[in-house]
Amino acid sequence: MTIPNWATLGYLVAIVLFILGIKQLTSAKTALRGNRVAGVGMLVAIGVTLGMLHSGWQYVVPAAVAGTLVGVVVARRVAMTAMPQLVALFNGMGAGAAALIALGDFHHVTSSAHPSLDTIGAVTILLSCLIGGISFSGSLIAFAKLQEWMRGTPITWPLQHEINGVLLAALVGIGLAITLLHGGAVLIIVFAAGALTLGVLSVLPVGGADMPVIIALLNSFTGIAAAVTGFVLGNDALIVAGALVGASGSILTMLMSKAMNRPITNVLFGAFGKLAEGGGEGGGALHGNIRETNVEDLAVLLSYAQQVIFVPGYGLAVARAQHEVKELATQLEQRGVRVLYAIHPVAGRMPGHMNVLLAEADVPYSQLKEMDDVNPEFPRTDVALVIGANDVVNPAAHNTPGSPIYGMPILNADQAKTVVVLKRSMRPGFAGIENELFYRDNTMMLFGDAKDTLAKLTAEVKLQAAA
Amino acid sequence: MTNVNVVVVGLFVFVLAVFLGLELITKVPSLLHTPLMSGTNFIHGIVLVGALTIAATVHDTLGGVIAVAAVFLGTLNVVGGWVVTDRMLGMFRAKPAPAPAPKAEAGPAAVPTTAPPGEQR
Repeated sequence: MTIPNWATLGYLVAIVLFILGIKQLTSAKTALRGNRVAGVGMLVAIGVTLGMLHSGWQYVVPAAVAGTLVGVVVARRVAMTAMPQLVALFNGMGAGAAALIALGDFHHVTSSAHPSLDTIGAVTILLSCLIGGISFSGSLIAFAKLQEWMRGTPITWPLQHEINGVLLAALVGIGLAITLLHGGAVLIIVFAAGALTLGVLSVLPVGGADMPVIIALLNSFTGIAAAVTGFVLGNDALIVAGALVGASGSILTMLMSKAMNRPITNVLFGAFGKLAEGGGEGGGALHGNIRETNVEDLAVLLSYAQQVIFVPGYGLAVARAQHEVKELATQLEQRGVRVLYAIHPVAGRMPGHMNVLLAEADVPYSQLKEMDDVNPEFPRTDVALVIGANDVVNPAAHNTPGSPIYGMPILNADQAKTVVVLKRSMRPGFAGIENELFYRDNTMMLFGDAKDTLAKLTAEVKLQAAA
Repeated sequence: MTNVNVVVVGLFVFVLAVFLGLELITKVPSLLHTPLMSGTNFIHGIVLVGALTIAATVHDTLGGVIAVAAVFLGTLNVVGGWVVTDRMLGMFRAKPAPAPAPKAEAGPAAVPTTAPPGEQR
């Protein structure tokens, strides 16, 4: 199908709007508008396509209505804590659509009166099917893990990499056969099933802590799948939009693996949680005393501080305690305490997740400080309140060569005058590494559920203000 | 349909777009990484355009089934991705009384009551 000039120009308008939209996403002030500009771009692209549509309405209308209804309901209902799995789910939907388009085009080209599948057509269809299939099933597994339908720890089995290698080689072989035979309905079904299996096998071994990296990677995959679909259909709008997303996903993947101090290959093939035994040997050296504190003492300490930094981590997201943190901060601010939030790049379950959770609780984003901005603040901070974070404040990253997290950029909470750690128990974090911060002289522990403890703290601070 | 020339030009466009994407995204602060990811997630919903194109070429039942599934998934991606990004970014709007004077938030009652009920729907 050739695309008329007016439609190509319409796609150009859509692409320009996408680019302007993404550009505005770079600042919190303009981000909302950016998304709306990109939304107009999408409407233009869809409108142009519908304008070229001469048939097929009986398929398009019911499917689009159903997709819209489900999409709106799900997107409006979901809690902000569940954002990572929702992004994974929608990502999978896009990838699945890309794979289906490739299959649909294959079916169309090979089953018509004059089958005409040339080499380039076959290669682009196969690539779209492969990348889309991997990203579809991989995203669904990531969704199941994040939604806790499946255990979050790495699932491993013997000869994992060998099996994946053989599967990939088999897919290349089948793909070659399809290309040479200019078709093969059974072969393409086997090929698609193989791609789906590869996606499942690749994401199963990835642990919960690595989810921010894997979601970013799958996002990038779906972008590339969309771009390849653009090659299949000869549509530049898909190529450009897909390339933009692919680039964005790759950057985030790299940023995340850098923030975790692990090369991407390690995330994919390392099954991090399993490494714990290796790093645990440092644990024997950590037999200091821990000091416990209680809500009353901590409330006094916080009330008379000049500057307090909250260090929220994954535990806060799990406890859904973001509103309680904000309330405590409001109370402290009323007493003249300066409150900041130190956000590690991988805090939460997807890139930037913690910022969204705190924004939901109405924390002004000017108080959310990135790692490099907040680290100089710790030495002049009276209390660093670590809430459900562990590895991102572990000084072993600075001073224990050989530790699995050695070299990982961390928040220097240990430099505050007093460190208070809110934690459920002494269990180590994802990396399974002991944290010497807990044994330091300037550290106090307060055990319990974060949400509960913070609510009690807020009440206590209020009480003391009244007294 | 898949003429070599079209593919080469497509490759040309693809590579330039990748570089443009890298330039654009490097500037996004980590504060906005989740909305960015969700927003780009929405943008790859452009596959819906491909799904619509496929629907126009359907000539038998199997093709129809594939087209319906592809349009459904694509629409879900576009609509869901956009709505959730919009909702999320709505929370990042500059608050009426921003940070410079924390004590100015003398009406803390007003702050928690406005946001959560609207968001929990």
